[in-house]
Amino acid sequence: MTALLEIEGLCKAYPGVVANDDIFFSIAPGEIHALLGENGAGKSTLVKMIYGLVKPDRGTMRLRGAAYAPGAPRAARAAGVAMVFQHFSLFEALSVAENIALGMEDPPKSRDLAQRITTVSQTYGLPLDPHRLVGDLSAGERQRVEIIRCLLQDPKLLIMDEPTSVLTPQEVEILFHTLRKLAAEGTAILYISHKLEEIRTLCDAATILRLGRKVGACTPREVTAAHMAELMVGKSLSQPARPDHDPGAVLLEVRALSATPANPFGTALRDIAFLVREGEVLGIGGVAGNGQDELLAALSGETRVAPDAIMFKQQGIGALGPNARRALGLLCAPEERLGHAAAPEMSLTENALLTGRLRQGLDRHGFVDWARTRAFANRIISRFDVRTPGPWVAARALSGGNLQKFVIGREILQEPMVLVVNQPTWGVDASAAAAIRQALLDLAQGGAAVIVISQDLDELLEISDRFCALSEGRLSAPRPARGLSMEEIGLMLGGAHDMHEAVA
Amino acid sequence: MIVDPVTLIVALITVATPILLAAIGELVVEKAGVLNLGVEGMMIMGAVCGFVVAHHSGSAFLGFVAGMGGGIALAFLFAILTQILLANQVASGLALTLFGLGLAALIGVGYGGLALPAVFRPFPDALHDIPVAGPILFSHSVLVYVALILVAAVWYGLTRTRIGLVLRAVGENHDAAHALGYKVVRIRIAAILFGGACAGLGGAFLSVVRVQNWLEAMTAGAGWIALALVVFASWKPWRVLLGAWLFGGIAALQLRLQAAEVGVPVALLDASPYLITIIVLVIISSDRSRAALNAPAMLGRIFHASG
Repeated sequence: MTALLEIEGLCKAYPGVVANDDIFFSIAPGEIHALLGENGAGKSTLVKMIYGLVKPDRGTMRLRGAAYAPGAPRAARAAGVAMVFQHFSLFEALSVAENIALGMEDPPKSRDLAQRITTVSQTYGLPLDPHRLVGDLSAGERQRVEIIRCLLQDPKLLIMDEPTSVLTPQEVEILFHTLRKLAAEGTAILYISHKLEEIRTLCDAATILRLGRKVGACTPREVTAAHMAELMVGKSLSQPARPDHDPGAVLLEVRALSATPANPFGTALRDIAFLVREGEVLGIGGVAGNGQDELLAALSGETRVAPDAIMFKQQGIGALGPNARRALGLLCAPEERLGHAAAPEMSLTENALLTGRLRQGLDRHGFVDWARTRAFANRIISRFDVRTPGPWVAARALSGGNLQKFVIGREILQEPMVLVVNQPTWGVDASAAAAIRQALLDLAQGGAAVIVISQDLDELLEISDRFCALSEGRLSAPRPARGLSMEEIGLMLGGAHDMHEAVA
Repeated sequence: MIVDPVTLIVALITVATPILLAAIGELVVEKAGVLNLGVEGMMIMGAVCGFVVAHHSGSAFLGFVAGMGGGIALAFLFAILTQILLANQVASGLALTLFGLGLAALIGVGYGGLALPAVFRPFPDALHDIPVAGPILFSHSVLVYVALILVAAVWYGLTRTRIGLVLRAVGENHDAAHALGYKVVRIRIAAILFGGACAGLGGAFLSVVRVQNWLEAMTAGAGWIALALVVFASWKPWRVLLGAWLFGGIAALQLRLQAAEVGVPVALLDASPYLITIIVLVIISSDRSRAALNAPAMLGRIFHASG
């Protein structure tokens, strides 16, 4: 079969970094081709060049045998290349049909367009109402908008950038079904991901990038996930490990916790109940926007609730503020690294002071003890391998993974009795993620209770003792994580707890 | 009766028109995601340029064109500062108002009280003489009708055309619009210049038609009212029209009440149009969730193209 897209010797350098160096591969019509690599491996730059957002410095691309050098996304779309973005490129205040019209070169009249949207969405099993506002849609539905926008252009090559990171397992199944159907009709798909098992089930071929260079190619079905991970990271990863243990006394108990959100688009928490014991890791899964931020705010003390709704060692702390809770030993690391967990413009030393002041005794009579604070910041940096020139660097200047290590490390070094983390490895590369997970396990091993809120189900299954799902502000009953299948988790996430209980 | 309703409505429409013109222009600017606080400055520039050119050329039409030119010139400065040099929009807008007020005073030295040409009225005199409807509908200068057509055109353009959709998209999420290949900066500059033209035209109407004189700082906060109008009208053109008429109505009414010497302090009557307009608009837009949904999400945010 002749190749649809051939890429040869593609190079792109930015000041200070070579994002792509001599990349080559080809995709045949109807092939699902994986582009695999860690953050910063150059995947995004590569697809931006294919989609005409970035111009290559050197190298050639050929589409169906003809030279292909799109100057703008418009040209790429005209040539039959469509892209579904990682961070949705949608407009919340506009309707589905308006959003789709914006991505088309020559949109038909709005009534015809609505008709076509309905037809295409039914053909590919992606139900969608063209008149709804995108702001009211779930993450999975929003992705459908993007996919249908692409499909209406009848693309020859569909680029998908990390499409499953926001989906529930069931939604992933629907997506894969659609993609296989498209491939069977002859559409080539360039699938960007770092989720190895997904690539093994879906893709026909894979190109692996590391630090801007192509480091390998393989047929994903024929190799192990570990092999691909090694190629991607450049070294073998150690799985986080911990010996078996017996849980100790109850440290934190939450009962009948309900809270209305501070922001009008937030999710209300409804009747949440769970408990965590010494030495235990409790995983809370769920698609973002189902109450994760609100739950963290209630646990950290940013939102005050009824005193007895949150019991810390049999003491009602629901009405206490964050500092009082910190003093007791309940610490939190929120999801948003820049702006919530850390102040972007302040140095690492200053950021260390912000949560460490109380438990580390970093001030005296209202004056900051800078020597001690710097020493604390340095301890976090060395203990958690934060790559930075020094503690005087602004938090903003660190890469996502490094700042995340700093933020988690800052709380762990304060020796919490209960630590709550939200999305501890979001946007963090594989080796840093493994280090963070290991640190959380070590903390639990030392007798603390750890609550991990995450969208990454693989991560939760790997480190949790018990797992529960947060869905529309309700929490399912916790179940032992060991032996839990993805299907069961999917049902828990869908909110169908009762049905599941009946089956079990 | 101390107030004749027909002359009151006629006066209301005249008083409302400069604010309406400035507000409808600013609405388009804000829908594109740009907050230009320099409306007052652009209006006063329009007022002085319009007056000077109309006086020398003897043509009101040329005066209006010059008024638009004055507004555009100031808007262009704002566009360069905020869209190309990426300066803070709030600070740039405030500076624009101060700069416009000062520059207009300088240009206008010696022009106070000079003669002006008559303004074209589109309808024949016979129509004016129809009782009630004649004065209300047919007695105005051409700009009043232009302003109404503009409101309808902006409404139609924003909600029914592709250009309007792209403009709203840019104001809603500039990164996504950029990723789809739309020229965010160019679209915003065009919107800013349109806003400048509208504000300048509003200013020229004020000096050439309504007051028929040049006075320093004669806009007297009309630009700020226009800004408030856009926000409280939840960025909807028809509500802007309603708000402008409300303001014009109270302003016209309070002048008549002052003349009739009712027992209310003059200072309170002077302030009443501003107070009542703001209060009514706040009540209209008090449904927070719906107002928030219609606000352009990128309002006042700097767009920096990356990658």
